[in-house]
Amino acid sequence: MNSPGLADTPPLHAITARHTRGRLVHRHRWPIRLMHWINVVALTILFMSGLQIFNAHPSLSLGNRSDPGKEILALDARMGANGQLVGVTRIGRHEFVTTGLLGVSAGPDGQPQVRGFPSWLTIPGPRWLAMGRQWHFFFAWVFVLNGLTYLGYSLATRHFQRDLVPTRQDWRGIGRSIVDHLKFKHPHGEEALRYNILQRLAYLVVIVAGIGIVLMGLAMSPRMDAVLSPMVEAVGGRQTARTIHFILAWGFVAFVLIHVFEVIITGAFNQLRGMITGWYRIDAEPATNETTSATEHRHD
Amino acid sequence: MTDRRSFLRLAIGGAASLVLAGCDRISESSWGPKVLNKAQGLNRRVQALLAPSSALAKEYTEADLSPVFRSNGTAMPTTTAYQALLANGFRDYRLQVGGLVDRPLSFSIDDLKQIEQVAQITRHDCVEGWSAIGKWHGTRLSHVLDKVGVQAKARYVVFHCYDEMDPGEPYYESLDIPEARHPQTLLAWGLNDKPLPIKNGAPLRLRVGRQLGYKQAKYIARIELVDSFAHIGGGNGGYWEDYGYEWYAGI
Repeated sequence: MNSPGLADTPPLHAITARHTRGRLVHRHRWPIRLMHWINVVALTILFMSGLQIFNAHPSLSLGNRSDPGKEILALDARMGANGQLVGVTRIGRHEFVTTGLLGVSAGPDGQPQVRGFPSWLTIPGPRWLAMGRQWHFFFAWVFVLNGLTYLGYSLATRHFQRDLVPTRQDWRGIGRSIVDHLKFKHPHGEEALRYNILQRLAYLVVIVAGIGIVLMGLAMSPRMDAVLSPMVEAVGGRQTARTIHFILAWGFVAFVLIHVFEVIITGAFNQLRGMITGWYRIDAEPATNETTSATEHRHD
Repeated sequence: MTDRRSFLRLAIGGAASLVLAGCDRISESSWGPKVLNKAQGLNRRVQALLAPSSALAKEYTEADLSPVFRSNGTAMPTTTAYQALLANGFRDYRLQVGGLVDRPLSFSIDDLKQIEQVAQITRHDCVEGWSAIGKWHGTRLSHVLDKVGVQAKARYVVFHCYDEMDPGEPYYESLDIPEARHPQTLLAWGLNDKPLPIKNGAPLRLRVGRQLGYKQAKYIARIELVDSFAHIGGGNGGYWEDYGYEWYAGI
């Protein structure tokens, strides 16, 4: 390491000042940054209040009906031989004991309680469907309005066309990009400013998933179904729509995990600064400790 | 660096538990639910715009019926008034319709059948998330309202029920006039070609095509037309509404 004194955690502005050799570029414009963080809040609350709503009927079905015994997923509970509650997760015909996490977990008093997802994953923590719905529908509006603004802004400023739609060259490099990602190799310098093919595809898929999850949410509304029923029937029915809504929600979780992982291994502080202040440092030298292995990874 | 990693981990973990605790505090505050509830008014207006009040719920076929139409909430009312009616096979049942009407009237189930008999196969969506499909037989509420003559100042139709969720807390619900006059709003006395089962609300329940299950009051004792439901129950227009559920249950 040739950057001294990074073991302690200096304030961000100090890092910026110290790396005079590095070049700070203004990477993300403020509307994108603002919308990104609004999305973080909205998605977190939507996910956790969504699990609260799911807990009121902790199973998934296909079609238009929820016939007992035909669930494709069920978070259930039964009484064990010793009189203890046992949490059971059923996927199709397979059954798993998931006490403590799914089916049965600690309630507010610490005692085992019958509930689909545990209280630390739901908003509100205790079982409270009415309040979960209040949170969910409020932040659904935040998510939808933020998403529409993002799409409009990205199209108007050509951010979408320029940075997200893959070029022919991007497509040609997909094989190498996959291998690089698997080896945790990441571009440096100017190259790092450009979204690579997998990033572009990931963001495009997330946008489509965002539209999809809203539509599947609307498909659960009996009033909206008076006009949306062709769409509801096209996906297979209201319960199928609910199942897709659930799967897409977990898809967002998977995206966020990968996204945060990539942020960390490509320099969490630099990336966070980029998304908070807009300023992103590109440097041929290893920037911070998070990119220690950059030297041996440099391939261009 | 480990310091930085642990700092990050601490920051993220701390933020998460703060968010959770914060959300629970807001849920229990006096102002939080009011702010969150703003979205409900928006839902109602936007849904009325996108799905006009004349829009119909999808009707299914016999092949789509649920093998068993499940029961939720009360499955057997315990009140003496209900038990007395039940003992006599509901022969003494009379639906009372009053309030802001020109001619307060009462109807037996046969009276309702004489007005009209319609059947519809619609999906029932519970606020909990499950759905069931049933074939409902009944009389459109709009026809009953026409018989009694709704006064111009009436804004809501309130359904008072025989079942008590807790002792002294009877179930009740309410609809606005346009929803009450919707062609798929039925006073249902039959399910799947049979008299309405007790667990599903015998002798008479409400069916609303485009709202959630809790709006569809079972065991209806009387119907009252009002200009405000502020003086009824907890003042929110329905039993579950008094426990924080939305009065408008279109989503």
